[in-house]
Amino acid sequence: MFKKCILFALFGLFAVSGVHAQKYFTREGKVSFSSDAKVEKIEAVNKTATSVYDAATGKMEFAVLIKAFQFEKALMQEHFNENYMESDKFPKASFKGTVTDFKAVNLAKDGVYPVKVKGQLSIHGVTKDVEADGKFTVKGGVIAAASTFEVAVADYGIVIPAVVRDNIAKTVKIDVSLTYQELKKGS
Amino acid sequence: MKKHLYTLLMSLALSMAALPLFAQEDLLSLLGEEEETTDYATASFKTSRVINLHSLENTASGVLDFKISHRFNTVQNGLYDFFGLDGANLRIGFDYGVTDRLVIGIGRSNYEKTLDGFAKYKILRQSKGKRNMPITLAAFGSVAMQTLKWANPDRDNHFSSRLYYTGQLIIGRKISEGFSLQLSPTIVHRNLVATFDESNDVLALGIGTRIKLTKRMAINLEYIYVLPDQLAPQFVNSLSVGLDIETGGHVFQLHFSNSRIMVEKGFIAETTNKWEDGGIHFGFNISRVFTIVRPPLD
Repeated sequence: MFKKCILFALFGLFAVSGVHAQKYFTREGKVSFSSDAKVEKIEAVNKTATSVYDAATGKMEFAVLIKAFQFEKALMQEHFNENYMESDKFPKASFKGTVTDFKAVNLAKDGVYPVKVKGQLSIHGVTKDVEADGKFTVKGGVIAAASTFEVAVADYGIVIPAVVRDNIAKTVKIDVSLTYQELKKGS
Repeated sequence: MKKHLYTLLMSLALSMAALPLFAQEDLLSLLGEEEETTDYATASFKTSRVINLHSLENTASGVLDFKISHRFNTVQNGLYDFFGLDGANLRIGFDYGVTDRLVIGIGRSNYEKTLDGFAKYKILRQSKGKRNMPITLAAFGSVAMQTLKWANPDRDNHFSSRLYYTGQLIIGRKISEGFSLQLSPTIVHRNLVATFDESNDVLALGIGTRIKLTKRMAINLEYIYVLPDQLAPQFVNSLSVGLDIETGGHVFQLHFSNSRIMVEKGFIAETTNKWEDGGIHFGFNISRVFTIVRPPLD
């Protein structure tokens, strides 16, 4: 009887950790942003965003290297890093949060699952609470996640001088789009 | 039986306790150590010139940099000469970034109707991370051709007499966010010189530095030491101090210098005015960049 109990308890332990193994990751997430101001449109893309999603708890994390954002114009990229994001001082932007309605998402079944994501976004050394709409798209076992949200530049201590007021938007649109892979132990 | 129940409950409690432990971990740390990337130092100078000297920065690949430069008369005659602004040497030039390492450029100065062309190639690029390189090293070469009518047409004039060559190494480092320093060992070759006392080859060492004041403004200093016994006595070393102001696509470089010629053979080997005598020229370089080839974003 005692042995049975132990076995049962161990089984319970494995079952719990089994649920926790449902983690997904990417190192090739795409994060792009666009600033649509009066005079010019500025776009940049980063294709090396890392992310981990825990399907059992709904927890989600992102990190992007600021210097890995690619611009159409070299000078924009230089100014972005030097004057606005100060990427030597703040090399990364990150997000740490939760998919609040994660229970409604069945990653084992094809479908489109709209979700809400809530958490803390850190850019330029400033952390703010944010909320965004996103969606999981499961198709033939491939799990994709996407979200579009807006960020007010001033909220993150990024100053736009008056001379370029018409060149840089006060609010930039951020697009996140990625494909998750299952995270296996040791991978 | 009671004991067994207790064990069961205990085990269950223990396995439950594992839950918050798992939930609290940093998810991204599960991915392990990130692959290290090479982080190149950027913007050690606002533009590809310190003042007269080439800086260790290149024009980016696919970008055309249109440069207009003026050096006015000396300030010493005051208001009569509008502090030198009544007369100017000027140079109009185009620099183009062929790759991230190679820049080529051409220019035309009104001084001696000089046409110049150059190439600058970055051999080493300062970086940290995966690839660690403490300095940037560039090789620079230029040819200047004066196109004045022959002063003495009856003489046996050679085309080669119009040509001047410059070879230079640019060794520099962005030492901190606000401070960059470079050394420019240089050789200038003149095919024809005025007197026997002057050497055709002139060796010099340039030093240039940038001190950042704000995100968009910086002070630049430049001094070129010419090794002794190469030039006629009236020629002196070039010393310049300037302010760089960057506004979006433009960089304005405003400066004071005792040199008035904007090609290497001129400011290195033909500077005659002295700071201590008020032989100072106000001048500026305006740089405007145009993106010709856009890198694909997707």
